[in-house]
Amino acid sequence: MSSVAASNISAATAPKVRRRVRWSSLLHRVFVCMMYFFMLSPLIFVVWMSFFVDAIPHFPPSGYTLKWYESAWQNSSFMNGLVLSFQVAAVASITGVILGVAAALGIVRNGFLGSKFVNTLLLSPLLIPGIVAGIAIYLFYMRAENVLDTDIVGTFGGLVIAHVCLTIPWTVRLVSTGMAGLDPSIEEAARNLGASSWAAFRRVTLPMLRPSIVAASLFSFIVSFENLELSLALVGPGKTTLPIAIMQYLEFNLDPTIAAVSAVQILLLGIVMLVTDRFVKLSQVV
Amino acid sequence: MSKVSINKLKKQFGDAVALEDFSLEIADGELVAFLGPSGCGKTTTLRMIAGFIEPTAGSIHIGETDVTNLPVHKRNTGMVFQRYALFPHMTVAQNVSFGLEMHNVSGKERDSRIATALDMVRMTSFRDRYPRQLSGGQQQRVAIARALAIQPKVFLLDEPLSNLDAKLRVEVREEIRSLQQNLGLTTVFVTHDQEEALAISDRMAIMYNGRVQQIGSPKELYDSPSNHFVADFLGRMSFFKGNLVANGRFVSEAGTNIQVASGQKVGRIGIRPERINVGAHPESDNVFDGWVESAAYLGSLIDIRLRLQGGDILNLHVPNNASSANTAIAPGSPLVASFRSSDCVLFAE
Ligand SMILES: Nc1ncnc2c1ncn2[C@@H]1O[C@H](COP(=O)(O)OP(=O)(O)O)[C@@H](O)[C@H]1O
Ligand SMILES: [Mg+2]
Repeated sequence: MSSVAASNISAATAPKVRRRVRWSSLLHRVFVCMMYFFMLSPLIFVVWMSFFVDAIPHFPPSGYTLKWYESAWQNSSFMNGLVLSFQVAAVASITGVILGVAAALGIVRNGFLGSKFVNTLLLSPLLIPGIVAGIAIYLFYMRAENVLDTDIVGTFGGLVIAHVCLTIPWTVRLVSTGMAGLDPSIEEAARNLGASSWAAFRRVTLPMLRPSIVAASLFSFIVSFENLELSLALVGPGKTTLPIAIMQYLEFNLDPTIAAVSAVQILLLGIVMLVTDRFVKLSQVV
Repeated sequence: MSKVSINKLKKQFGDAVALEDFSLEIADGELVAFLGPSGCGKTTTLRMIAGFIEPTAGSIHIGETDVTNLPVHKRNTGMVFQRYALFPHMTVAQNVSFGLEMHNVSGKERDSRIATALDMVRMTSFRDRYPRQLSGGQQQRVAIARALAIQPKVFLLDEPLSNLDAKLRVEVREEIRSLQQNLGLTTVFVTHDQEEALAISDRMAIMYNGRVQQIGSPKELYDSPSNHFVADFLGRMSFFKGNLVANGRFVSEAGTNIQVASGQKVGRIGIRPERINVGAHPESDNVFDGWVESAAYLGSLIDIRLRLQGGDILNLHVPNNASSANTAIAPGSPLVASFRSSDCVLFAE
């Protein structure tokens, strides 16, 4: 009885509802497409421009070529920059993730006095302009050099330590969110079954945090790899990161070599993201 | 398995006392249920036995060992949690294996204990599934197998059935009870569901506001509650406040005269609804006329609120059987109710 009545009602109102749904979903799709275009257009233009034949790009191009890729390949400051950026990003993200996981663990689990403050402090590098932080770190390094009587500014170690400040906030954020979503009784169950706190953490909690940690590693790598402002004051002669090499090149040239370098960079980071996404669905973590 | 002795246990969170003066001896192989309203301290007590919470005062012995200051992983208790708490990244078999690995059980011995544990809860065919691929009841069975595989000294369950639907709840409850009896497990079963506690336990401890109100077998607690809280919490009961005017003669504040068994200091009496008959039963020495104030049809019985002449309310249950089916019971209709003096429970206050 009641189901018949219900289906009558829905039959009567269906056309109107369906039309409204179709309109709003169309509008929604248009809007989403516009957003994508807005976000992707710089990337599309950069990649496109990297194939222009003209040294001073203009539209439409007079032809297409691969010579800018060759020129980028032969430019040693780009290649060295790429290698250095890769090394710094790798070491800084691994270090940052380890420290960040430890920090998140302390903050979420123990809730000690001042843990809120520590949390804010660890996230603060996200808020301070990179150039300000870079100069502050530079001044601090100069002081430290005097006291310790060693070189810090311009060394690999100095650069990595500065970049660790960039990578920690990402890990703290992602991992503490992931940790807050865990049911504490799961780790308790492990303890109850005879696991010491360390064994319970290693065998149970850490594997459950894997998605957050993978995502944190990825973002740490990217923020370090593409960082320009913080590194500016800290690199030494002949040892520049890729973003700085690009900037220096731009001071005197405006040809599509830059576009070619950028296209390669986009490709590399794109691959890293896709590979990561195969192991952990990033959209579910971030 | 081992007996458990809890002695004058107390827990304070800051200024708030969550548990006070809790003493209990649990015999080897006995199942004791902790029953009480939410917030009365059941979980706190259970977690102190498991070692997750440090007592403020008092002691806990498992067997002859004082475990009061022993860390969780050395106590060898098997705990089952309300939300299953299975390891999501491990299969059913790996979940059960975990505790055995932590106890350094390896090789053939481990394999056979995993198999036995899964067989016990009829989950053998699911051994390679992940928890997310199981229903709630199946997950809780795995959690039980995991806890029992380590052959714990005490089996602890914190509201293990409250996330299951009604039918499954009874099924898993009966399974837990039969496992517990077959294996002779010393068990603490925490619940806020009185039917569950009555059905499963050898003894139960009724708790309220961080204090034990009464400990005893289900029958003792139901038939002879020692105070008003226990009587009111467990099942239904009509209460009358008043005084003894002579030995065996009680008068309520509203003036109802009730024959009771002899007692010393009596400030209140109570009678269970199922002990009241409709009509003047020959063995009943208390007979009252009243008017039906409300009647709720509950299927197997009809729940009636009867207003007596002085204004007192008597709650009675009429079974929905062949003889009562024809009796007209509608609000406003007169009804005669009777009960035996020996069925009245007397309370000091
Ligand atoms: N970690 C804690 N901090 C402060 N108060 C707590 C904590 N755990 C429990 N309590 C308090 O102790 C009392 C008993 O809690 P609990 O044992 O969980 O009750 P139950 O399991 O019977 O519902 C409650 O009033 C609760 O608010
Ligand atoms: Mg509880």
